[in-house]
Amino acid sequence: MSKGWISPWALARRGVLGMNKRNIAYIARYNPRDRYPLVDDKLKTKLVAQKARLNVPDLLHVVRTQHEIEAIQQELASLVEFVIKPAQGSGGKGILVIVGRDGDAFVKSNGTRISLNDVKRHVSNILSGLHSLGGKQDVAIIEALVKTSKLFASVSHEGVPDIRIIVFRGYPIMGMLRLATHASDGKANLHQGAIGVGIDIGTGRSVAAVLKNQLVTTHPDTGVSLENLQVPDWRQMLNLAARCYEVTGLGYMGCDIVIDETQGPLLLEMNARPGLSIQIANDQGLVPRLRHIEQLEDYYVTVEDRVSYAMTTFTYFPAEVRQVQTAALQEALP
Amino acid sequence: MTQRGPFLFFVFLLMAAGAATALYRHDAYHIPLLPGTQQTVWQVEARVEYLAQGGPTQVYLTLPPEQTGFRLIGESSASSGFGFEVASDGQQRRAHWTKRSARGEQVLFYKLDLVQDDGYGVEAPPAGSPQLLNWDEPYQTAALQLLQSVMPISADARSLAQQLTFEMARPGANQNLSLLLDRYSPTQLMASLLTTSGVPARTVQVLELEDGRRRQGLRDLVQVWDKDRWQLFDPIAGVVNADHLLLWQTSTPAVLEVLGGSRSRVSFSIISQSRPATALIDPGPEDFSFSLYSLPIAEQSMFKLIMLLPLGALVVVVMRILVGLKTSGTFMPVLIALAFLQTELIPGLTSFVLVIAVGLMIRSYLSSLNLLLVSRIATLVVVVIGIITAFSLLSYRLGLMSGLTITFFPMIILAWTIERMSITWEEQGPKEVLLQGGGSLFVASLAFLVMDQSLFRHLAFNFPELNLCVLAVILLLGRYTGYRLLELHRFAVFGR
Repeated sequence: MSKGWISPWALARRGVLGMNKRNIAYIARYNPRDRYPLVDDKLKTKLVAQKARLNVPDLLHVVRTQHEIEAIQQELASLVEFVIKPAQGSGGKGILVIVGRDGDAFVKSNGTRISLNDVKRHVSNILSGLHSLGGKQDVAIIEALVKTSKLFASVSHEGVPDIRIIVFRGYPIMGMLRLATHASDGKANLHQGAIGVGIDIGTGRSVAAVLKNQLVTTHPDTGVSLENLQVPDWRQMLNLAARCYEVTGLGYMGCDIVIDETQGPLLLEMNARPGLSIQIANDQGLVPRLRHIEQLEDYYVTVEDRVSYAMTTFTYFPAEVRQVQTAALQEALP
Repeated sequence: MTQRGPFLFFVFLLMAAGAATALYRHDAYHIPLLPGTQQTVWQVEARVEYLAQGGPTQVYLTLPPEQTGFRLIGESSASSGFGFEVASDGQQRRAHWTKRSARGEQVLFYKLDLVQDDGYGVEAPPAGSPQLLNWDEPYQTAALQLLQSVMPISADARSLAQQLTFEMARPGANQNLSLLLDRYSPTQLMASLLTTSGVPARTVQVLELEDGRRRQGLRDLVQVWDKDRWQLFDPIAGVVNADHLLLWQTSTPAVLEVLGGSRSRVSFSIISQSRPATALIDPGPEDFSFSLYSLPIAEQSMFKLIMLLPLGALVVVVMRILVGLKTSGTFMPVLIALAFLQTELIPGLTSFVLVIAVGLMIRSYLSSLNLLLVSRIATLVVVVIGIITAFSLLSYRLGLMSGLTITFFPMIILAWTIERMSITWEEQGPKEVLLQGGGSLFVASLAFLVMDQSLFRHLAFNFPELNLCVLAVILLLGRYTGYRLLELHRFAVFGR
């Protein structure tokens, strides 16, 4: 096979899941259509997650109609850092991250300043459905800005790194850390130029990193090595992701989790059509793991059991090595 | 997920039904499977509209005479409540509609089927010897002087006519000619000049036969008797090739005469079909009563496009499911491709890119106005119409007739495309715009190339049941779980 291409047979041997198969064999089969609004509407997600006692970033304000935009000034007056996002946005579209104030101006995560009018226009655009699927009318959510834990601050260029975990029938089967870059404008979305770092389910350690579908070893902006990263609170995070299955009823989904400095892992959003790049970041296809779970006969009911099963099954590191390594890592941590 | 077996059986059933019906119709009605193997039938529909004033009303419509190259195989009239007959005075046939009392808008149809048959020749020689015309002064002098300047450099009827057209093509150069043209129309003048010099000639009105044309008018030309046959001349452009011209009117009376009505007009729709030879001998209306051929011509030419749509949709399905190409708007490329069918590829592509580019520029100003989405799109629709009008006028002034075809683009779609691309530009940068726009245009061009194949055009219209096969393929592709072509590149790192 020439450079830059791979034969379909080689790809199938590596167990890589393609878009068509994902749509037909997993999304259509395991995700009931009536559950989609729950994850497609971030406001609904947040409310249902709060009911289920899943940790989520604080909801500060909701703008539902155009005339409420004029009153937004008072709401924003007391806020320094916040995030405005469309409830039904897709692919990270329309998310405005404000990290500070400069007089009357708002400072975006990439350092540029925008005026109150710019913010209002952004909210107006969100309400008219500019960023939502099919141009539907939408509502704007204003929520607290998540503060990156110190562990991650050095790795990510700007914005908050988040962790995408694919959950299949309640089992976390693959994970990826997404790091914003200068090019991605503070957004942790791979389409927009963020880095994906594959995370081992068993240990929470990085296994490979990918930028624009190419393997990389260091962050292009910070120069920090992406090898041997350890995600903190990993088991807690897998727990959070696994519980989303009961909450949403979606068999095949992606959970986006961030780590807040003070609150720990927070569920940011869920996705009923998670992307496929996670396979590149893990240098591993999804199909064998999906098959494994599909063929599981003794079904683990509790969240704890499922997480434990996944951690021992989907790992790159044999059990004994893993124990030694985690012990060593924990010692190395402050 | 439904069972695989019944699904495949259903797909197979669709395929078989489509193919079997097509084969049966080919066998039973001799509809050719390949285009161009049969004779062309031109169906011409004349539509007379006028406002009746309440009293008795009569309408005369001149009908085309017997002529070389076309054989009349059928004619009919649709006009409820009117008496109808075809009257002939030996030279010119006329349709005659009558009604005791009529008020308001009236629409009359006359439809005729002509086979294009080059072996069919009828030449009616000019009646009697040409009469010398009397001109008023000072036109008499001007005409004679003009003829005297042209006569010496011509040898026969044909070359005389030719020399006259050369003169007419530059009317400013000859004072006599300018004077005459003030008084007479070019065709009238040319026929009169030729008659004066003893060459039999007459003004005629012809219809240009082109498939799928609607609301056409007649064109004025001059016929000159050249030894043993009539030759068509355009007073400006010279000799005219009569291949696709249907002689409609050859003697003086007006094409349309309406008594008891006002604001009358006549327009023509033309469509070409390939019909089997047997059907040409006997049209067999009952055989075709439930087929597309039985529809009015204007609708038929619409269906020629509609029946191609499934094929365009198939191209999009293939490009997205098998190749994995991104387009902006799922079926936008098909609509663009449909427009290309009318504009041709290169003019279509150029004008499309131009409209989108100008639209994006204007849209970047709109984004600073803080408009709500709906009114922004509505503004874009108005802007697009403005751009299209400006381009049409500009290209017409520059003499680029192809620029006028820009009006075939669906304007709402253009407005949405501009809006979507502008958003993509703001959010993902110009590169993504080029990528998606390029992808859309690529798919549209591909869909155009497929739909423009004469074989597919022929099959789609003459065997609409083949669309069941297209449907079956689309259904099959809907269950394809293999990799997309571009995924083989995207996941290439797995090959290390």
